[in-house]
Amino acid sequence: MEKIFCRPESLYDVPTHYCPGCGHGIAHRLVAEIIDQLGIREKTIGIAPVGCAVIAYDYWKFDCSEAAHGRALAVATAIKRVRPQNIVFTYQGDGDLAAIGTNETIHAANRGENLTVVFINNAVYGMTGGQMAPTTLLGQKTSTTPSGRDRVKHGYPLKISEMLALLPGVNYIERVSLHNPQEVLKAKSAIRQAFENQINNMGFSLVEILSPCPTCWGLNPKESLDWIRDHMQKEFPLGRIK
Amino acid sequence: MLKKKILITGNEAIAEGALAAGCNFYAGYPITPQNELIAYMAKYMPETGGVFIQAESELAAINMVYGASAAGARVMTSSSSPGISLKQEGISYIAGAELPAVIVNIMRGGPGLGNIAPAQSDYFQATRGGGHGDYHMIVLGPACVQEAYDLAQTSFALADKYRIPVMILGDGFLGQMMEPILVNSKSPASSRQNEQKPWVLSGCKGRKPNIIKSFALAEGALEQLNLKLQQKYKVIKNKEIRFEGLFLDDAKIVLVAYGTMARIAKSALNRLRLEGKKIGMIRPISLWPFPQKAFCPRNKKAKYLVIEMSYGQMLEDVQLALNGKAGLEFLGRSGGGIPSEEEIINKVKEIL
Repeated sequence: MEKIFCRPESLYDVPTHYCPGCGHGIAHRLVAEIIDQLGIREKTIGIAPVGCAVIAYDYWKFDCSEAAHGRALAVATAIKRVRPQNIVFTYQGDGDLAAIGTNETIHAANRGENLTVVFINNAVYGMTGGQMAPTTLLGQKTSTTPSGRDRVKHGYPLKISEMLALLPGVNYIERVSLHNPQEVLKAKSAIRQAFENQINNMGFSLVEILSPCPTCWGLNPKESLDWIRDHMQKEFPLGRIK
Repeated sequence: MLKKKILITGNEAIAEGALAAGCNFYAGYPITPQNELIAYMAKYMPETGGVFIQAESELAAINMVYGASAAGARVMTSSSSPGISLKQEGISYIAGAELPAVIVNIMRGGPGLGNIAPAQSDYFQATRGGGHGDYHMIVLGPACVQEAYDLAQTSFALADKYRIPVMILGDGFLGQMMEPILVNSKSPASSRQNEQKPWVLSGCKGRKPNIIKSFALAEGALEQLNLKLQQKYKVIKNKEIRFEGLFLDDAKIVLVAYGTMARIAKSALNRLRLEGKKIGMIRPISLWPFPQKAFCPRNKKAKYLVIEMSYGQMLEDVQLALNGKAGLEFLGRSGGGIPSEEEIINKVKEIL
């Protein structure tokens, strides 16, 4: 019998530590599937962030480095410059990429580093228990915005992808979502594009993925997917940004 | 190897020494008084085929150094006191992930923004780890431009040998002063990459994936990592002591100073010797590990005078080395003030 579907070689056969309904498992798998399809597993170097995905290297079967919180793109820049023949990508959350690491993000993008960025936006700091993230929606309750995010006290949700799109060094930015199977397929094709761009030396590519965090949102997995559809994607519209 | 004589600043000599040692990655951020170093790297690193990046911050620079080292490059960054404070988190990660790296601190006056005058007030930060966690760097304190050049090369060898961050601790005088030195030719960057580093991130073709990390969440795992680091530090403490001793056989007073301060102390010593005064000197070169074994002169009644461009930081290491067995005096100024030859001579005569 012909085998038409199996676990990607780039993914270890182990259970993850993620909560039920979390988007990281899907995103990890999409990355692994694309790396397999492009045949680049043996030359890929992934950068794991600080956040829920800190031990992504326990799930991905290729070379990986940790980076200090926010510094993934500085680490990735150096690895790619030293080893331009390798495929280097970062996997970062919203706090990592758009708060503590904003400087590294903007400058790596502006230098047009030939890198791939997988940016998980779940509108919250997950690992530390659900504090306000730069991408938290107005009105969204978190442990540090118990009355909901207030634009006067906390500012607005940061649209870092739209900001980065202004930079001439950036080649490709797309925002995708994991809230239904059709969107997951679109997410996969955007991730593929972002890796292909690097293979073709086309410069900085970033895929922002709206991803559910049922635990910190206080919703069940199904409600979380609906919350992305009904609320999150209104603030963060899906589609090609650049 | 072909040697030639050149006139060069301490900052440039460190860069030149790094290039001679096969440094093929440098990332830095401008700050006075180390700017000649970053400029020298920008100019000459491309000639050797290495990578130079002017980073967007010291945080980015030290994390670039982390990444490049993980990828197998011979890496360096440089800064001065406030910038080195910013790099501390990254240095801790480098120590935890056991990556070789060379970090240069051309010290200036502090605390805070301080000033740009030479100082030695980052000794505690350098020798006690500086960042979070139970770790050490090897810290070397050159006293002249030739030694800055030589120790830059030593630093890369030690960093690779022990997979440890090594700090070159100089000050604004050393960095900006020009002296003639003998140099080797630069190594081509490609010749050093990946030599005997099976842990490097290069793509997992033909082997299991390599992971560079300092995170150890499983119960007991972090303690094991720490025990491994402590074992390494023990070996380094035994094998990597460096110091210069002068007239320790008959000295009644032993001056103790490092770096630029040691040069001024040596001038004072020479004048005192001409007057027939029995003065000796210990110049620690490795500041961590501290050369404790140097503190056992023939003359058991010798007194010690520690001289620093700080208000007494190395002093504490000397206190630990002497453990109350000898008299100890201190002379120090900071914030741009530097103990002069005359001040040292007067202090010595006061003690005699």
